[in-house]
Amino acid sequence: MRRGVTIPLLSATGLGMIRGERVLFTGVSLTLEAGQSLVLRGSNGAGKTTLLRILAGLTRPEAGEVSRNATHHWFAHREGLKPHETPRTHLGLWAKAWGSGADPEAVLARVGLKRPADVPARYLSAGQRRRTALGRLLLEQRQIWMLDEPYTALDSEGRELVLELIEAHLKTGGGLIAAIHGESGFVPSGEVVL
Amino acid sequence: MSPAPIFSAFRQALGEAWAGGAGALLPLGFFAGAAVLVPLGIGTDPQTLRAVGPGILWVALALSSLVTLERIFQADTEDGTLDLWLQTGAPASAIAAAKTFAHWLAAGLPLALLSPLLALMFQAEASTDLLRNAALYGLGGLAFYFWGGVGAALSATVRRGGLLISLIALPLYVPTAIFGALSMTHGPGSESAPLFLAASTLFALAAAPFAMAAALRLAAD
Repeated sequence: MRRGVTIPLLSATGLGMIRGERVLFTGVSLTLEAGQSLVLRGSNGAGKTTLLRILAGLTRPEAGEVSRNATHHWFAHREGLKPHETPRTHLGLWAKAWGSGADPEAVLARVGLKRPADVPARYLSAGQRRRTALGRLLLEQRQIWMLDEPYTALDSEGRELVLELIEAHLKTGGGLIAAIHGESGFVPSGEVVL
Repeated sequence: MSPAPIFSAFRQALGEAWAGGAGALLPLGFFAGAAVLVPLGIGTDPQTLRAVGPGILWVALALSSLVTLERIFQADTEDGTLDLWLQTGAPASAIAAAKTFAHWLAAGLPLALLSPLLALMFQAEASTDLLRNAALYGLGGLAFYFWGGVGAALSATVRRGGLLISLIALPLYVPTAIFGALSMTHGPGSESAPLFLAASTLFALAAAPFAMAAALRLAAD
């Protein structure tokens, strides 16, 4: 209804993807506006991760087009942590790489990693690694968040944390696209079923 | 576009090369080991050793460069770092070049620095020539690492891709090996050989990053 007035954060039309000999999905169109959240639904192997990668520009779709009108954050299965990196050096590195000027210390406190801040990633638990990657989303304000199974390996406190961050993000006009298998924990603005 | 992501990629790659204990020392040991075995294989005649020494070191340098190349991009695709770098907005070619340069700095430059010592084992006379040769090994090694980086990027999604890297990279090593070895002889053409060596290295620096970038985008796809 307001689509004519505001530019959506992200829109995709007629996306189709083939993996090997199999058609993963065809004719997927979606629009993400500021403050909205989209949840991707589908059974294992339906192509949720592939769709997210296409929306992020990592994978080229077989058909269709994606237009992103804002910068995005990426939070996926593989955390992007090097075995020798600690949460502190990791967040420091990305704060520098993005030139965000954010204080990694504040982020460490927010995601509950004050204590293991100097432990190399190879000694961190799966949940602590996820929290470190989650911290990246707070280093810089970006309007689109793309989350692939954000609750994986997190304890109930971690789930709460993710929910709080998502709520805060949506409230400040951010948009969210998440592939979630089970309970999403929030009421999404829309669902894309693959 | 800000160059910050490129510096960060360089810093991370340098840290990675030195992390995990003796990662960067591995090629050094391989280089020395290969060079030490040769006199045992071909005998101790000083004339022969002096003649083959520089060439043997080029071969050992080429093979040593392949020892750790497997790690530079494969780990990135496995741990998700590649996805992050590709989304920074910096050109993938610049990221790949920064990572490869860091890898050469950590693993390749030490080889060149060790070369005078190994040359002495091949009965070379102790002179300033050894330092000149070390610089040439450094220069040629840079080309080896950049061409090897292309092989590493192409086989980034292949498990145990080390041999594949060798197959892809070794043919690309040919010009560097030819001009490198020629620059250390006193025959015809040896005068201009260092310039040709430099040219082949410059070509590698200019061309390889784009090949690496294309291969990495394919690996992420």
